Amino acid sequence: MRVSAGAGTFAGMIPVRALRAATEPANPWLSWDYVTRNQDDLVRALSQHTTLTFQAVAIALVLALPLGALAHVRPRLAGPLVGTAGVLYTVPSVALFAILAPWTGIGRTTVLIGLVTYALLVLLRNIVVGLAGVDPAVRDAARGLGYGRMRLLLTVELPNALPAIVAGVRLATVTTVALVTVGVVVGYGGLGQLMFRGFRSRYHAEIMTATLLCLALALVCDLVLYAAGRAIAPWSRAGRTA
Amino acid sequence: MDVVSDALLWLNDPLNWTGRRGVLALAGEHLLISVAAVALAAVVALPIGIWLGHRRRGGAVTVVVANTSRALPTFALLTIFASAGLFGGSATTLAVAIFAVPPILTNAYTGVLEVDADVRDAARGMGMSAWTSLRRVELPLALPLIGAGLRTAAVQVVATVPLAAFVGGTSLGSLIASGLALQRYGEVLAGGVLVAGLCLAVEGVLAGAQHALTPRPMRRRAVRESA
Repeated sequence: MRVSAGAGTFAGMIPVRALRAATEPANPWLSWDYVTRNQDDLVRALSQHTTLTFQAVAIALVLALPLGALAHVRPRLAGPLVGTAGVLYTVPSVALFAILAPWTGIGRTTVLIGLVTYALLVLLRNIVVGLAGVDPAVRDAARGLGYGRMRLLLTVELPNALPAIVAGVRLATVTTVALVTVGVVVGYGGLGQLMFRGFRSRYHAEIMTATLLCLALALVCDLVLYAAGRAIAPWSRAGRTA
Repeated sequence: MDVVSDALLWLNDPLNWTGRRGVLALAGEHLLISVAAVALAAVVALPIGIWLGHRRRGGAVTVVVANTSRALPTFALLTIFASAGLFGGSATTLAVAIFAVPPILTNAYTGVLEVDADVRDAARGMGMSAWTSLRRVELPLALPLIGAGLRTAAVQVVATVPLAAFVGGTSLGSLIASGLALQRYGEVLAGGVLVAGLCLAVEGVLAGAQHALTPRPMRRRAVRESA
């Protein structure tokens, strides 16, 4: 009796489980259906991601160029400048966003400040290294021709350091594209927002699509900057210095 | 500022430091995950990097690995692993370990690769086998760079683990995640300061350890590559 009852309940469970497996919707990692149905969301997230990246790198570059030049012209400032940058770089983005959030609020400003900070450090390092790597003979020749410090910097050293600076911009852009996703912490993470939504609703296709778009964006930005670097400094193959 | 006093108040409450979800327990969990992730990455990356460097091949592979990992957002990998059915701790460890591979791999590869060719020749000329030369000559010379790679990876891991709090991992980042969810910005600020402090402390301790463990004549080489 008891045995048959046990077998009965056990047998009764199987159809339920099979039924659940059958009714549970498929949850593929890749789905073109998702892309077509959520085109608007994807475009919005992608454009948010792209504009944030460009804005951050542009602001960082505007700040890093004079700072890098200053560190180069006044070598005594180079140590503290790069050192401070290094310490800031050690602070994780999550912590930086958390420290900024109470003041700058939840949203774009906080993310932008964080992104600019990290891009600034990458750029500063590359600019300082690039300017220091200018051939001393070239510098001597310019000085021998009577170039002053400012003219030397602007017309000789900066153009010579251009490949290294472009390499820095590429590096900063690619890392910024990846870093934007951390903006979910304060609710403004571009494609990261979609990843987080996909995680919460267990929607695999949403996570994977956002991830692939992120990688594609980084790749496209890198290629465009590489081509731009070749165009503005055709005399040298833009090599990665740092 | 109101938030600052909130944060100080929160930090001054002993109840927030002890207990199962206290700062100390969270920091312990944070470090535990970090150690596991670095160990996991080292087990995979060290042999490959050392072998490739020894054979003087595979430079392109290490560059591709390093560049891809730069473009791939950590957050993407965390959400992918977390929703693929891994539990908080293991998903975090695995995702973070993957990002610890490139610095360890690249530095091990460069370290062994850059051993002076004359030194290698001398070792072989003394009758050492390739294996003995690797073990007794190349590895000791590459150690400063390998150590620098492990340090970079460790600092990066400690900095990345808090992010996992948003997909269910437990660490000091949990303070930030729960604080943001409950709109308790004092707690958020305290969490941010604690995470930043932990990272700077780990960086400082490891820098000191590396300096102490590196033989004096080899210190310059390690410093040059540690950035």
